[in-house]
Amino acid sequence: GRACLSHTEPRARDGRSGEEEEEEEGCYQLYPGHIPTSPLQKALLAAGSAFMALYDPYRHDMVAVFGETTGCLALPNLRDKMKHHPEGYRILQERPRIRLSTLDMARLRGLPDGSLGREYVRFLEDNKVSPDTRMPPKFVDDEELAYVIQRYREVHDMMHTLLGMPTNMLGEVVVKWFEAIQTGLPMCVLGAAFGPVHLSARKLQVLATELVPWAIRSGRNASCILNVYYEQRWEQSVESLREEIGIFPPP
Amino acid sequence: AAAGLCPCRALLARRGGALRALCGSVRGLAAGQETHFGFQTVTEAERREKIYQVFESVAKKYDVMNDSMTLGIHRVWKDILMHKMNPSPGTLLLDVAGGTGDIAFRFINYVRSVREHQLQRKLKHHQNLSWQEISESYQEDKFKLLGDSRVVVCDINKEMLKVGKQKAQHLGYSEGLSWVLGDAEELPFDDDKFDVYTIAFGIRNVTRIDLALQEAYRVLKPGGRFLCLEFSHVSNPLLSRLYDLYSFQVIPVLGEIIAGDWKSYQYLVESIRRFPPQEELKAMIEDTGFLKVDYQNLNSGIVAIHSGFKL
Repeated sequence: GRACLSHTEPRARDGRSGEEEEEEEGCYQLYPGHIPTSPLQKALLAAGSAFMALYDPYRHDMVAVFGETTGCLALPNLRDKMKHHPEGYRILQERPRIRLSTLDMARLRGLPDGSLGREYVRFLEDNKVSPDTRMPPKFVDDEELAYVIQRYREVHDMMHTLLGMPTNMLGEVVVKWFEAIQTGLPMCVLGAAFGPVHLSARKLQVLATELVPWAIRSGRNASCILNVYYEQRWEQSVESLREEIGIFPPP
Repeated sequence: AAAGLCPCRALLARRGGALRALCGSVRGLAAGQETHFGFQTVTEAERREKIYQVFESVAKKYDVMNDSMTLGIHRVWKDILMHKMNPSPGTLLLDVAGGTGDIAFRFINYVRSVREHQLQRKLKHHQNLSWQEISESYQEDKFKLLGDSRVVVCDINKEMLKVGKQKAQHLGYSEGLSWVLGDAEELPFDDDKFDVYTIAFGIRNVTRIDLALQEAYRVLKPGGRFLCLEFSHVSNPLLSRLYDLYSFQVIPVLGEIIAGDWKSYQYLVESIRRFPPQEELKAMIEDTGFLKVDYQNLNSGIVAIHSGFKL
């Protein structure tokens, strides 16, 4: 459902009962952490976050905000793709979350080398990252779409694992190219286009000649990455999963 | 899906609201009276806690945000306050809710420059002194440019004080400046101590304004001056509409982009709307016992300076 127009009207200072204000809050706030925004605010946020993300690449929250405020076309698209796929549909129903508290790290570590679970944990440890650092959505005005973008964020690390890319600037750009083709999210497109700005000439060459063409080919060939119930496939080998989805082996 | 749920939730909320109001009054007895936090209704204890958290969160970006939100105009407002105060060397100033030190630094600059002018005038009259004598007198006074003037910066929030101290160090302010952790509603100072009391963009965040005003009256010397710089109410309807539009549409966005904190700046613009308008604040100040109370609107009432004397 759509959220109502947001901006809280200035109230008379005297005697507005708390219950009326809370009722309106409840109506506008569609999920915990949701901040309803007017179209003007979304436009300002999109512009401001784009600028800030480029100006200060460490502001990951700005990349997230940009994604949320510009995803109004791509997100429904993704949601529909999920709805029309049996596994994707199940994900939308069950709403699994990838979090340290829900993952059994010891079990995953014990899985054989080459399996999704083992490689995922290896990726997390090698790059010293954790799935819990993903920002929850704030500016998406639909509760289901908010889950879709949350899922996309949490699955991002899976992408790194399946594509075999580390979390340095080069690796991130490659993953962004892949995601841009897959999701059509403007945030991925911008990340893919502007990410290389910070790279050295040598890396740019590798990027342009080998990595990006491969990422694009894989992205086009692969089925929707959000339609894979990763939590039920820990034992599956990375290679077989790649084949199943349609990702070509990394160069 | 959410739209379908909405009317049900609204209905539940309304019933829940009545129950909540009842619980609220019971809670109120325990945690203090009901009051406001922006447009929400909370208990006094909750409000204090929330406001503390707001300033803890924004402390590091406080100055940057002020410049962005007001396009630097807040500096002019603070300069005007200082000119209105017109402190002479030897003044003892208490700046409450003075967090990052803007008023304190301006005070020091002002008093130093007044002293410098006095010095220059003195030197002009010393026409028959030797170079030696002149340079000695200049050096002696140079170290005492600040003279007996002192400013105490008092704030309830540790983070804001921390930022203020760092700024002071960075900008080279050390003499005549002290930093005290304290609550405007219950100041840790004796009666009749200060020549001037200022509170700039702070009184809005106090939960019991009447108590803060009483404390101000208490710690001022007889003859002392109370000065309050605060956002106020715009009566011009066109300007008011534009101001509302800017406040509610742009400022929280700026907060999110620059400080990564939408909610604190949403609180800020809501709290401005909640604050008493000029005449009402003037009445409160008069009720406390201050005399010759007056206010001056800046930018058509976006900001106002209230002044009163303890006589």
